Amino acid sequence: MTNSELKNKITAWFDGLTVENEEGKFLTVEVPQEIFLDFCRKLKEEGFDYLFSLTGMDFGKELGVTYHVESTASRQMVQFTVKTADREKPELDSVRDIWPAAHYHEMEAFDFFGIVFRGHPDMRRLFMPEGWKGFPLRKDYVDEVNMLIR
Amino acid sequence: MEDFLGENIKTQEYFLNMGPQHPATHGVLRLLLKLDGEIVHNVDMDLGYIHRSIEKMCERDTYKQIVHLTDRLDYLSAHINNEAVCLLVEDALNIEVSDRIKVIRTIMSELTRLSSHALWWGVMGMDIGALTTFMYAFRERELINDIFEETCGARLTMNYNVIGGVRYDLHENFVKRVKALLAQLKQKLPEYDKLLTGNVIFRKRLEGIGYISKEDAIAYGLNGPTARGSGVSCDIRKIHPYSAYDRVDFEESIFTEGDSYARYKVRIKEMWQSVHIIEQLIDKIPEGEFRHKTKALIKLPPGDYLQRVETARGDFGVYVHSDGKKSPYRMKFRSPGFANLAALNKMAKGLKIADIVAILSTIDIVVPDIDR
Amino acid sequence: MIRLSIFTQIHEWLYSLMPASSAHILELVLIAAAYLGIFAILGLLLVWLERRVAGFFQLRLGPNRVGPIGLFQTIADALKLVSKELTGTVKADHFLYGAAPYFIITTALMAMALIPFSQEIHAFDINIGVFFIASVSSVGVVGIFLAGWASNNKYSLIGGMRTGIQMISYELSIGMVIVTMTTLAGTLQISELIEMQRNGWFIIQGHFPAILAFMIFMIAGTAESNRVPFDLVEAESELGAGFHTEYSGMNFAYFFLAEFVNLFIISSIAVVLFFGGWLAPFGITDGLHIPFIGLFWFGLKVTAIIFIFMWFRWTFPRFRIDQLLTLEWKYLLPINMVNIVVMALMVWLGLIIKF
Repeated sequence: MTNSELKNKITAWFDGLTVENEEGKFLTVEVPQEIFLDFCRKLKEEGFDYLFSLTGMDFGKELGVTYHVESTASRQMVQFTVKTADREKPELDSVRDIWPAAHYHEMEAFDFFGIVFRGHPDMRRLFMPEGWKGFPLRKDYVDEVNMLIR
Repeated sequence: MEDFLGENIKTQEYFLNMGPQHPATHGVLRLLLKLDGEIVHNVDMDLGYIHRSIEKMCERDTYKQIVHLTDRLDYLSAHINNEAVCLLVEDALNIEVSDRIKVIRTIMSELTRLSSHALWWGVMGMDIGALTTFMYAFRERELINDIFEETCGARLTMNYNVIGGVRYDLHENFVKRVKALLAQLKQKLPEYDKLLTGNVIFRKRLEGIGYISKEDAIAYGLNGPTARGSGVSCDIRKIHPYSAYDRVDFEESIFTEGDSYARYKVRIKEMWQSVHIIEQLIDKIPEGEFRHKTKALIKLPPGDYLQRVETARGDFGVYVHSDGKKSPYRMKFRSPGFANLAALNKMAKGLKIADIVAILSTIDIVVPDIDR
Repeated sequence: MIRLSIFTQIHEWLYSLMPASSAHILELVLIAAAYLGIFAILGLLLVWLERRVAGFFQLRLGPNRVGPIGLFQTIADALKLVSKELTGTVKADHFLYGAAPYFIITTALMAMALIPFSQEIHAFDINIGVFFIASVSSVGVVGIFLAGWASNNKYSLIGGMRTGIQMISYELSIGMVIVTMTTLAGTLQISELIEMQRNGWFIIQGHFPAILAFMIFMIAGTAESNRVPFDLVEAESELGAGFHTEYSGMNFAYFFLAEFVNLFIISSIAVVLFFGGWLAPFGITDGLHIPFIGLFWFGLKVTAIIFIFMWFRWTFPRFRIDQLLTLEWKYLLPINMVNIVVMALMVWLGLIIKF
């Protein structure tokens, strides 16, 4: 399946998807929060069974997560992003029931960006010490002691 | 356990801290084991004892500086990690590197893989209790490190790759020494099998231990030799060839048993395949430039970039979200060890403490790679 | 029992100096002190040997700087251990924690008293000799158990529990092998056992069942001395250092020395039961009056057996606890039982090879 065929397929599933980068190595899709879990289930059914990576993102105003999923059969890859505008109490849906690999990746995203994943049973600090204040990979994080700013 | 003991005798679960300072965790990994006697009921992990926030540091550094930081992720595959960043930037800027660079990078990557697997083999034996393997593995590993040292001055974190090529041209002794190494490896790799692979205790310790099915391996995001032991075809050198891998002939080592012994066999076979790959390239290193001139300050056009390479541990990915400035807006290293370790609980449940050590060895973790 | 002329002279000199009872007591004390010395020297020598052998197997040199071929390296190490601080856990059971090393040392020393170094040097030759060694060395497990329990450390506890299981299981095999061989000999006294082998070592006299018994003894002996492939007790890649994780300095050295002395004791039993103790092979030195020739042959045989044990250690991987128990209870024990019957039948039917 080429990227453009996949694009046609994906846009037919739901309204409100932004699909770009047809010429690149992979499609980039932006998914609204409301249909996020349904979109993931559809993708899994389509054969995208290998969650390559789950990247927490700070877009400045919004926080979000970028997923890279690959199909082990056709080796096609899709990147999709989900965002939340709430920086105080950001909450997104957990995909660990769809891709079990997401379990620790989501803990990592929580640790560094403070994004709470709904439906994740063990939202604790994975890398940082317990009781650490703030979320270090956010753009507005300040730590004058440990950070060297140029 | 309780069925066997009857209702009158109750056993009690207890927790055991394995690590952060523990010989089997190969660094500072902390595992929290929930045990009943010797039987493992649950494995939980606590990471971050060597977390340096390299991803955050990348948001401040230029692309040329970032290449050096990747050495410190999976230090045993330092060269391959560097290559990932270089390939990503070259790809984004449409820099086509010369054939010489491609071949040099491929040979060096395979040497790195051999050195990493040699170390793994030695430590694998140590974890199972055969202390002698370590010394045997280091005999060959020293030769590889000597070649690295002669070429670029460093033995482990080499910094040999730069954006647009490699830092120095090959040393004049390079071809001669690599050939000597290949001859030695062909003679000594069967010795590895004699000492460890065929040993009945060793096989009994690994066979059927830490089983994970092909479906689970994909679902848990396993990659590299760990996944190939379960029959998943996931060698990036095959499915997304980079550098000179599209012009060499090699076999992807896959075993379908899914247990620790299969993962062990995958790595042994990979060593043979690496020897095979280097043999094909060493006699015909093309002439040409070894480093292309690049701009002093590299800026990637806005967009998303992803480059995957096959390190000794598996599918290493570099993801860059660029906003067109001199440093990436967000840089993510997708480490193979982190994904592999996530399946430890699945593999180890119901087994013994000693089996956890065996499984940890066969998934071949490097803690700085997991913690980043 | 000590019949060498120099010992006899000392004996007579002591009895001429003081009344018989006090001379007797003083003599016992002197022998005990001598054995303590032997214990320490043996331990140090064996540690040195182990490190040289390890170096030989591992493509390296081993200790080679302190003294000729590194002979004084272990003495230097021992000095370092003596000068080290004794640390321990705060919540340990201090009395038992402190007592544990002495349990192990004492049992090893008690067993040492029965070792026949030569015809003349043999401190304690009672009529239940081998039985006494077997029962005394099984007390050693208490020390390891105590060390594991009293350290108040989970790794130590697991190490101690593993030892309990392992030692008790393999004690059985050792006992059975001793029974097999005494069926052949008809005596438990060590000097008699050795004298009987003038007509051919027991491993030849008893041929097939004796060879089988020897193989079982080597396996069980490795397990008894907690060495690879049965070193689950220490299993450094799993349990840190196992039962002696919390010991340091001299307390640790006691465990360390005792381990090597136990290795020596196990090898000595093997030599006594199968290879004719201090007897020369085929009696080649019997007519000659060379001083200490018995000691030489005994030492040579024991060193050979110890070398085999060390060879095991630097070659094999380690068992898992359930595999270890399976090996003992499902294979070694039944084979052993059948072996005893076979041996008894052979002795009854007179199928023994004698020169």
